[in-house]
Amino acid sequence: MIPSKFDYVKPSSVAEAITALRDGGDDAKILAGGQSLIPVLRLRLATPSVLIDLGGIPELRGIREDGDRIAIGAMTAYYDVIRDDLVKQHVRLLAQATETVADGQVRHRGTLGGSLAHADPAGDLGAVALALDAELVIAGADGTRTVPASEFFVDYFTTAIGEGEILTEIRFPKHTGWGSHYEKFNRTAQAWSMVAIAAAIRVEGGTIAEARVGLTNMGTTPIRATGVEQALVGQPATADAVRAAADHVTEGTSAPSDADAAADYREHLAKVLTGRAVLAAVG
Amino acid sequence: MTATAEPTVEFGKARPRKEDARLITGRSRYTDAITPSGTLHIAVVRSPLAHATITGVDKSEAEQAPGVVGVYTAADLGLEGVGLPCAWPVTPDMKAPQRPVLATGTVHFAGEGVAVIVARSPAEARDAADLVEIDYEPLDPVLDMEAALADGATLVHPDLGTNENATWVFDSGEAGTGTSVSDAISAAEADPDQVVVRRRFRQQRLIPAFMEPRSAVCDPTGEQITLYAATQVPHILRTMTTVTLGVPESKLRVIAPDVGGGFGGKIGVLPEEMLVVALAQKLGKPVKWSETRSESLLAAHHGRDQIQDITITAKKDGTVTGLDVKLLADMGAYLGLVGPGVPILGAFMFNAIYKFPAYRFTCTNVFTTKTLTDAYRGAGRPEATFAVERIMDELAVELGRDPMELREQNWIKHEEFPFTTVCGLTYDSGNYEQATQQAMELFDYAGLRREQEERRRNNDPVQLGIGISTFTEMCGLAPSRVLGSLSYGAGGWEAASIRMLATGKVEVITGASAHGQGHETAFSQIVADQLGVPFEDVEVLHGDTQISPKGLDTYGSRSLVVGGIAIVKAADKVIAKAKKIAAHLLEASEDDIEFAGGNFTVRGTDKGRSIQEIAFAAFMAHDYPEDMEPSLDSDAVYDPENFSFPHGTHLAAIEIDTETGHVDLRKYVCVDDIGNVVNPLIVEGQVHGGLAQGIAQALFEEANYDDQGTLVNGTFVDYTLPSAADLPSFDTRTVSTPATSNPLGVKGVGEAGTIASTPAIVNGVLDALRHLGVRDVEMPCTSQRVWRALQDAQGRSTQETPVDTHSPGAGLGSIDPNNPQGEVQ
Ligand SMILES: Cc1cc2nc3c(=O)[nH]c(=O)nc-3n(C[C@H](O)[C@H](O)[C@H](O)COP(=O)(O)OP(=O)(O)OC[C@H]3O[C@@H](n4cnc5c(N)ncnc54)[C@H](O)[C@@H]3O)c2cc1C
Repeated sequence: MIPSKFDYVKPSSVAEAITALRDGGDDAKILAGGQSLIPVLRLRLATPSVLIDLGGIPELRGIREDGDRIAIGAMTAYYDVIRDDLVKQHVRLLAQATETVADGQVRHRGTLGGSLAHADPAGDLGAVALALDAELVIAGADGTRTVPASEFFVDYFTTAIGEGEILTEIRFPKHTGWGSHYEKFNRTAQAWSMVAIAAAIRVEGGTIAEARVGLTNMGTTPIRATGVEQALVGQPATADAVRAAADHVTEGTSAPSDADAAADYREHLAKVLTGRAVLAAVG
Repeated sequence: MTATAEPTVEFGKARPRKEDARLITGRSRYTDAITPSGTLHIAVVRSPLAHATITGVDKSEAEQAPGVVGVYTAADLGLEGVGLPCAWPVTPDMKAPQRPVLATGTVHFAGEGVAVIVARSPAEARDAADLVEIDYEPLDPVLDMEAALADGATLVHPDLGTNENATWVFDSGEAGTGTSVSDAISAAEADPDQVVVRRRFRQQRLIPAFMEPRSAVCDPTGEQITLYAATQVPHILRTMTTVTLGVPESKLRVIAPDVGGGFGGKIGVLPEEMLVVALAQKLGKPVKWSETRSESLLAAHHGRDQIQDITITAKKDGTVTGLDVKLLADMGAYLGLVGPGVPILGAFMFNAIYKFPAYRFTCTNVFTTKTLTDAYRGAGRPEATFAVERIMDELAVELGRDPMELREQNWIKHEEFPFTTVCGLTYDSGNYEQATQQAMELFDYAGLRREQEERRRNNDPVQLGIGISTFTEMCGLAPSRVLGSLSYGAGGWEAASIRMLATGKVEVITGASAHGQGHETAFSQIVADQLGVPFEDVEVLHGDTQISPKGLDTYGSRSLVVGGIAIVKAADKVIAKAKKIAAHLLEASEDDIEFAGGNFTVRGTDKGRSIQEIAFAAFMAHDYPEDMEPSLDSDAVYDPENFSFPHGTHLAAIEIDTETGHVDLRKYVCVDDIGNVVNPLIVEGQVHGGLAQGIAQALFEEANYDDQGTLVNGTFVDYTLPSAADLPSFDTRTVSTPATSNPLGVKGVGEAGTIASTPAIVNGVLDALRHLGVRDVEMPCTSQRVWRALQDAQGRSTQETPVDTHSPGAGLGSIDPNNPQGEVQ
């Protein structure tokens, strides 16, 4: 399918990109990996007048250690996230979840920043950012601000990124030594999540000391399963205890109904998968 | 005599396909890559509504758009009276609506064209399409086949007075090929020593989903009008374009360049093909249409879509006594080229490999306001195989028998061939015992049954099911007289020509039209053996009515079994001519000339000539027999005497996660008897692809419509085609009981995997779940359906499985209910 006409600019710095965004006005759209935006354009679900391609801005790409955080440039491709040693060591849950995204081709093009900015509730990485208390760095004409993941996801396809702003970096607190697992359930092997559970667990002497659980596709945004987290802490890392805690998973969710799964089935899946995710994380 | 190396036999060699390099690297000529200079591009403005009266078409804004050459309705083009052809009037009183090139007055399905834009670029055409204002007055959609047949139903085509297209009946009692099924059912009902099992199965609607979207280019600037089309049927398209638009056949050249898959989906004669021809003639310029993927899923013909009511009767000892089949088949809004005949083809296959003494088949074709249906890989035979293989399992359950044992009790034994079935077909050869035994060994049937027992005993959350399908099919469509008896609008022969070039190279021309099957390779192998020439010296030409003027194209697993045999017949003629010249040159009697390995020799001497030398001699024509022309070139047309009947045993091990409903195909074994094998590698490819499509019907695919008649999963995001990542590594084998109906002993393999696999999977799913109280799961057996079936069986009620939820389309994983169309701000 053919998109409607648009202009294309490729700035070489964040500052230039922000200027281009301002110049483009309401109709400007940022292009990252294009794995969501291009299909949307081709189906003419969006008809921006100008695309601002962030692909030419080196500072937006790459992964570095920043004290007790791992900082990832918004334009870092999934493929690079998955292979990165810092990520594997300190934020393994992110690598695990990213590996389940789509297929090899999409993972070479799609970016972490694009995925979070797109904020599809079926997208896999929002739950991880939320569960791990990531911070999102947003740049605009007035400078840079940092938004915690808990405030970043606003609604369907809607985030705290304002008009004229760009997501530049995502910072993950190190979770070195935590057990983690991303349990994804989908209709075909390389598709979005019907439901998925992101779990990071710290076990001390057989007891769950800390738990972080994020939910994919159980509401209009990624959701933090605080009920489950609270129920887990202090419990022995056993199947029975974990399954009992998992029953809390539907608290505060508003599971969508679609052709793959009506809400009741999603809720059921969430319980089963939470048990599995946490058990796999405590390993 | 030129020394020729010891000939190697090509037949049976697993040669990589010679087409692969160009097809896989994309250095190829698909229709969309053909743009003669000055080409104009069209975009079709399609109805978003399933059923509506068109009350106004305002073209003015679109006409002013940049690059637009013209905006036309059918009336503007004088095409109002033109109807697209249906070549298969299944009954004399069949009701056939006119299928217009562009809708006039009323639209009958969502996606039907209403107007066409002609512009200088595809993008400009697409932009202008958005600017055509069409006013519609909605009418009630007609969606459910049973409701459509009820009194007072809204009529899709009121002028027909009914939504029933035709009812086609075969009754073995009346035909004299067997006894009466009504009698068999009454007898069984009255007899405590017999059982009657009745089931309803649903064949969901599927989308053929070929890789290359459809495309057509018409260049009117030569003496002949040239139509390039992504079609399986260039010859049929040529004739039908003549029939439809009145362009003299001699003025029309149709070229099917490389075609990226079809699976039956490119067997049609399309409104858009007729539009490019009509527009090119009107405007005097080349005109091109290439559909988008969304258009393809929405408006290209769909497949399957049947409700099947099946009754089987049997003695308690397991002997089957009767099979009654009642079908409703959804035609969609119009009749496709062979659409009404597709379900009817199944009539001959429901009895399958079994010895039913009594059989009846009743099929009612129904119009609805959906996309039309037509051939899709297997065409009628997958539906039949599914029903009979499912009902055999149900009978086994009813009788408490092992399903394989029950099948064996009832199938035709290898020593009973040739066997005339209850619907009058003669199966020439087969050996169900052999294929089954091999399959069961490979599969470790006994071991898996033990594991299944254990999992049941332990209440394992993952249950194991074993699915069986012992299928047969009819290939090699078709003996022309049989097609005649079914009122089909063509014969079933195929044509071939062989040209011996001066340099000893060989051109083979076939009327079959490859679109991914590997004909060029397989036919080259056959000719290399027949003529004793190197494989590399054979060039196979096809898909252009100027090169291959005569043919009936590719569908119904016919290319090798019919087209391949035509080539053999042509080769025989080449050899006969060459033999004459050889005898003349060698000054010997023709009776003393022997031909082997490409050499003609005089019996008992070392005198000889190679076929290449003879070809050169014929070309020079300085010295040849007086009673013949100086040429080896030969034509043949082969009309098969019978169908061929491949068969096989397919076994699937299915794991079901009873906590989530997830279905995992753990192991798949099939042993197919497809007769002699020309190229095992091609066969494996065909079987793998076929399996993927058949498994997809069982587990993944379904075209869903909402209550307004809108296709709700018309993108590859939500029309869930499986990929390799969803499938296990298949264990495929072949055995061979050669066909006796053709000189190569071949049977056809293009559809086998698709036909056989669907019931194997569903039988496996149910075998895993039945002991938990589940009686049926509709296709596709999604995790949600399985989970709900389990909940039901345990007496827990759950929500309905929704299938009609709107999707926002590609690139979006979920749906915003406030913004279901998915507009992104
Ligand atoms: C076949 C297929 C399968 C897929 N499967 C999955 C899956 O299993 N799981 C999953 O999570 N996703 C899946 N996706 C979506 C994929 O992950 C996308 O890559 C991702 O959603 C968007 O990332 P992108 O870099 O491609 O962004 P783009 O498509 O370029 O942009 C997406 C949106 O975000 C905005 N945007 C991008 N970057 C920024 C930025 N730095 N600042 C502000 N706004 C920005 C854009 O303007 C646009 O609106 C799939 C996609 C495809 C095509």
